[in-house]
Amino acid sequence: MKPALIAALSLSLATPALADWQQTLDTARGQTVYWNAWGGDERTNAFIAWVSTQTQALYGVTVEQVKLTDTAEAVTRVIAEKAAGQNDGGAVDLIWINGPNFLAMKEQGLLHGPFVADLPNAQYLDLGPTSPASVDFTVPVDGMESPWRLAKFVFSYDAAKVAEPPRSMAGFADWAAANPGRFTHPVPSNFMGATFLKQALIELAPDAAVLQQPVTGAAFDAATAPLWAWYDALRPNLWRQGETYPENESVQQQLLNDGEVDIAMSFDPASTAAAIADGLLPETARVFVPVGGSIGNISFVAIPYNAAHIDGAKVVANFLLDPATQAHMQDITVLGSFSVLDPAKLDLAAQAAFAALPTSDALPTLADLGPTLLEPHASWMTRLTDEWARRYTK
Amino acid sequence: MTRDGRLLRGVVLVAVGLGLIAPITLGLWQTARAAFGILPALGRDTLSLDPWRDLALLPGFATSLRLTLVTGVGSTLLSVLMATGFCAAVHARMTPAAGARLLTPFLAIPHAAMAVGLAFVLAPSGWIARALAPLAGWDRPPELATVNDGWGFALLVGLMVKEVPFLLLVILSALGQIPVARHMAAGRALGYGRGIVWIKIIMPQVWPLIRLPVWVVLAYALSVVDMAIILGPSNPPTLAVAVTRWFTNPDPAMILPASAGAILQAVIVAAGVALLIGAEAAMRRAGRWWLRRGGRGLSAEPGLRAASAAVMVLMGLGALAMLSLVVWSVAWRWSFPQILPESWSLRPWGGAHDGWMRALANTGLLAGATVAVSLALAIAWLEGEDRARRTRAPWAEALIYLPLLVPQIGFLFGLNVAFLHIGISSGMAAVIWAQVVFVFPYVMIALSDPWRALDPRMIHAAAALGAGPGRRLWAVKLPILLRPILTAAAVGVAVSVAQYLPTLFMGAGRVATLTTEAVTLSSGSDRRVTGVYATLQAALPFAAYLAAFAIPAILHRNRRDLTGAPAHEP
Repeated sequence: MKPALIAALSLSLATPALADWQQTLDTARGQTVYWNAWGGDERTNAFIAWVSTQTQALYGVTVEQVKLTDTAEAVTRVIAEKAAGQNDGGAVDLIWINGPNFLAMKEQGLLHGPFVADLPNAQYLDLGPTSPASVDFTVPVDGMESPWRLAKFVFSYDAAKVAEPPRSMAGFADWAAANPGRFTHPVPSNFMGATFLKQALIELAPDAAVLQQPVTGAAFDAATAPLWAWYDALRPNLWRQGETYPENESVQQQLLNDGEVDIAMSFDPASTAAAIADGLLPETARVFVPVGGSIGNISFVAIPYNAAHIDGAKVVANFLLDPATQAHMQDITVLGSFSVLDPAKLDLAAQAAFAALPTSDALPTLADLGPTLLEPHASWMTRLTDEWARRYTK
Repeated sequence: MTRDGRLLRGVVLVAVGLGLIAPITLGLWQTARAAFGILPALGRDTLSLDPWRDLALLPGFATSLRLTLVTGVGSTLLSVLMATGFCAAVHARMTPAAGARLLTPFLAIPHAAMAVGLAFVLAPSGWIARALAPLAGWDRPPELATVNDGWGFALLVGLMVKEVPFLLLVILSALGQIPVARHMAAGRALGYGRGIVWIKIIMPQVWPLIRLPVWVVLAYALSVVDMAIILGPSNPPTLAVAVTRWFTNPDPAMILPASAGAILQAVIVAAGVALLIGAEAAMRRAGRWWLRRGGRGLSAEPGLRAASAAVMVLMGLGALAMLSLVVWSVAWRWSFPQILPESWSLRPWGGAHDGWMRALANTGLLAGATVAVSLALAIAWLEGEDRARRTRAPWAEALIYLPLLVPQIGFLFGLNVAFLHIGISSGMAAVIWAQVVFVFPYVMIALSDPWRALDPRMIHAAAALGAGPGRRLWAVKLPILLRPILTAAAVGVAVSVAQYLPTLFMGAGRVATLTTEAVTLSSGSDRRVTGVYATLQAALPFAAYLAAFAIPAILHRNRRDLTGAPAHEP
């Protein structure tokens, strides 16, 4: 992506109504933004490094990635700072966040904002009240975090070894019975492991609508009874008989490459194509989703209330929403994450940039991915993983 | 005691007290407050036992506790037995210098790097399984839980691969202070078997010299985090990993039971050390009775051979693990059951992964700064003792060892809060400070014995020629002690490079070092990049050890007794 194109796209926004934004840009110049983001994915790390070179050239803002093994580390850090009464000049400027971590920070008053409406590039977002960009795990965003990449739950498998992958979540129990020890999922204390359980819950719950409400004891018991019956049948046929689980989806992808399991999972539909290109999965790896569709959500960036470089952080959040940035991000040779922008709000040049992106056999089209299922209310996830731990952690 | 000596001692004590001991106490205090329900940031300000009740009710708590005890105590006891048996079997045939050379790579490589390599060697899809695959006819990895197993066996092996070489080094250097050959000859002449002489005569003399290092090993094994994440079970993990996870739970209220867990971790280590002390007292009684009974059997011989064999297997595993890291770092596509990569590439070393240069620079800077501070403190302390003509009091010895015995997770969260309170923001300076807390004790331990072994006649000669205390230090002691000082520095570099939790907590994650990156990457899917970081992680301390061998050899090439090569065998 040429910096000139990005510059042109950003300059077109410099309308008088955005004089405040000019002030933000002026204050931000020279700042270094410490972006706390999970560091386990080299492509994401490389993308963030690219963002830094761009924001440096365009706005004089440097981005430093603070690589986390778990997003909650950043939350703990902000809490430690609050505990010490450090209410400004904090160490965390920007966090890659969503779901329970966002809920926790929002409830504890640890976030700066609302700020999203002030970002010039927010004009390309669908910010309607029920849009995925406005609701994070059913929790209203309220402008306290800004979207940057789309996530959709997919499975990957090696087509050379598996003739027919399961077609539904219920089908996983039969598939595992026929192929004992060849399937597993990340430990549910990890985000991806929890998502696997939620995906099953949505399909198996007698009434999926209750999942959009905050959880109650009775609703939980009724909604999860079929899930536990299914899981009790599945678990003995998991890898290592379900005694241990991979730490996260990257470790599971490694197990797939090592041939220890036949199926892996990801929140990034392009990750399989990317991993093949990177030599991390066999050429024959492919993607599938359950026929009923799969969970989708948006990853956000948020700014802690005590961040040292709030203006720089806003400039970075705005840059991430730039159509040129989003098109670059969706390129599978770069990151392959689907754009969060509303295609209807893009101009022709931006639409053409998206249409010209390269494709691959292992890269599903939007049609292949099927319907997007809504994330349950965040309280369900906590309850679900707690109950899973109570049942299966001895 | 001269006034000069008193002043120097005072300054050093204040520096150690305020710089090293106070932060630990402060951190423990903050953590303990949270463990009993007081954490104003979350609006909790009433004393309560709830965090402890919550802790006990957390799923898998009992299993985590059991795992910690089994892997921690088990690996320490087995390591001590094996190291002792191995020394008994090979001591007569191995000089301390040769031993040190053999052991250096094992001591230099940080725990995390060793764990990453071992995980690949031992896994069902790993190197050993790949070597067996053609024989066993596996086209898929066998279904065996050889790493992350529910019993913590892989973690136990991993800890032993690191602990046995450390204990071997400690025991070999302790044996240098005992007339082993004469005792052995006397014992054999009286009809005792080799192993029995070792157990009944030599070990009782060695134990007091290695007691503290064994405590350190036990404390470390009970509270290790990075190695337990990579090799240990995940559901549930060991207590130290579980506590670290609770500290980083999305629900901030989990900090309270996490703090209780951190304090429990400290209590476990204290109980473990108390157990060792109790066992020592019991042995002293039982041992006397056993000695007087006068048994002379040869029955210990197979035990010695088994211990030696086990040590060789462990060292072989460790060597394979280190080799596998280097191979992965230059691999491209490498899938089961290939013994060697299908395609090779230097891309992990360059291209998009150029982040390692910065991590290497940070790591080097931290190692340099922490070692410089620690060496200066240690030399000032030892020189203060010399000038005051005093030996070290037991409480001073305890002061030095304290940071190594208190589990890091027990005070790092509290220390972070405390540092922020005083106004020291997270960053390079805070990390240097936090690392010195752990580097200084090792440097001090490595330097103390050689310093005391310095021939006093040299000093007396210098004094008689009119050299004052300063000149005696700079012109006589330091040049003669160059080799042990450099060795202590190399030990310090190894310790600094390996620090994970202090760097993570005190650096607010901003100070990326080879170790923090390697542990982060080991939670990812790219073993090749992990291999790059782990290789560098092992290479840096190794280079420091090499320098410690080479520099005195070059500088003192025309001073036969100072080259470090033993001039005459004892």
